[in-house]
Amino acid sequence: MSELKPRKDLLDIESLELAEIEYVLENAVPFKQLFQRSVKKVPTLRGKTVLNLFYEPSTRTSTSFEVAANRMSADVTNFTVSSSSVVKGESLLDTIETLQAMRSDYIVIRHQAAGVPGIVAKNTGASVINAGDGYHAHPTQALLDAMTLREVYPDYQGRKVVIVGDILHSRVARSTSTLLHKLGIEVAVLGPGSLVPEGRHDFMTRLRSWDEVFDWKPDAVYLLRVQMERQEGQFFPSIAEYHKMYGMNSERLVRMRELGAYLMHPGPVNRGVEITDEAMRYERSLISTQVENGIAVRMAVLHWLKPETDKD
Amino acid sequence: MSDTGDIIREEILSPEGIQEAIAVIARDIAYRCAGDNVAFIGIYTRGVTFARRVAEVLKKQGLDYPVGTLDISLYRDDFDNRGTDLPRLESSDVPFALDGTRVIIFDEVIFTGRTIRAALDGLMDYGRPSKIELAVLIDRGHREIPIQPDYVGKKIGTNRDQYVKVRFHEDDDREGVFIVKKRPGIASHPHE
Repeated sequence: MSELKPRKDLLDIESLELAEIEYVLENAVPFKQLFQRSVKKVPTLRGKTVLNLFYEPSTRTSTSFEVAANRMSADVTNFTVSSSSVVKGESLLDTIETLQAMRSDYIVIRHQAAGVPGIVAKNTGASVINAGDGYHAHPTQALLDAMTLREVYPDYQGRKVVIVGDILHSRVARSTSTLLHKLGIEVAVLGPGSLVPEGRHDFMTRLRSWDEVFDWKPDAVYLLRVQMERQEGQFFPSIAEYHKMYGMNSERLVRMRELGAYLMHPGPVNRGVEITDEAMRYERSLISTQVENGIAVRMAVLHWLKPETDKD
Repeated sequence: MSDTGDIIREEILSPEGIQEAIAVIARDIAYRCAGDNVAFIGIYTRGVTFARRVAEVLKKQGLDYPVGTLDISLYRDDFDNRGTDLPRLESSDVPFALDGTRVIIFDEVIFTGRTIRAALDGLMDYGRPSKIELAVLIDRGHREIPIQPDYVGKKIGTNRDQYVKVRFHEDDDREGVFIVKKRPGIASHPHE
């Protein structure tokens, strides 16, 4: 019935075929429906183990994966940097060997270095899901963004999304823009000159100001989080300056309303930096929907991937 | 979703035969469930069509039973053996309260009984029916677990390695119940 080939790992968006993307996004819909039931859990992954391996702090993503795995009845183990042997100097390959011995079926990994999930994937029979690696990729974020857009725009092809903020350091921008482009959605970017790389993604329209953004008539505005920990004081003069130039404020909200544009953000938000309190209450904000869809999409990903540890 | 991969070996029921079997099941349900609060649950894909057909017949007699749908994919006991098959999920839809309801599950064929086992688990995550019964168009035998249907259209003897396919014009090119042989290389549904 299905012409799709099974896949062991989800490492990035670039290597996915459109049919695979459609498959996951369509399956995520019935998963989301389960959340309406009083019993939100299904027994599909009963007896399977999901290891959440986070080398970088993350509450939202690791919790989202944990909830997704729990709702599929898998057992979840959280292996975080503070409690791991990394501080004791264990090498990545030694860690992988340890994990291998634990016989996890799925490994969800976030790491500050690009490519680490790929290395782990090559060295384990478990299905590896990249939950963010350096500036490289965050594929489940991209999938949940696409799911969210498809819900509000069933006719999503040809729609326009502008991504605002630090494009340079953002794996979200990278994965989400790539996925939207694959789905036939137009993507533009707005951000400080020092944070918008030239020519990295030729398919994206470069906009220079909010005026240009609104003239472009986006269907959704996707604000990126200002990653304070990564660049404060280096790439733009000050937080106040960033807020003034690129933040979503009342004045810009008026124009959002005129256009009927939706507002998205991957979280966690920096109130008063990329978004004001008022904008957080915008009636066309999809931020909570993104969180809910994140669980559904991650369930669909766990359901889709096929670890070598399966018994057949 | 027509199965171009099937080679038909034998017709078990014609479209008229299906209609008759559905009428008999409808009559039986009307008689046995008189006065009860009844709801139907069809198992995707053709169990849904089957349930709707029976409900249609009963509606003409003034009995209006709601029809819900259930995708049992997430409740199967053979997820590990999915091989290269990537199941496409459907949205289950149970738009009525199950508590205190006499629920009749509809599936087009009962074979090993494992699909129904999964359906029972799935159904009970939606509520607590007062009673659950099972209606099938075809009982082809070879049960692997102790589950039996309450309403049966036709019971047939089969070999274990045969495939019995119910085809409805709502879902397929041609209506009927057939014993088919699969073309080589076409993955089969392990529960069918």
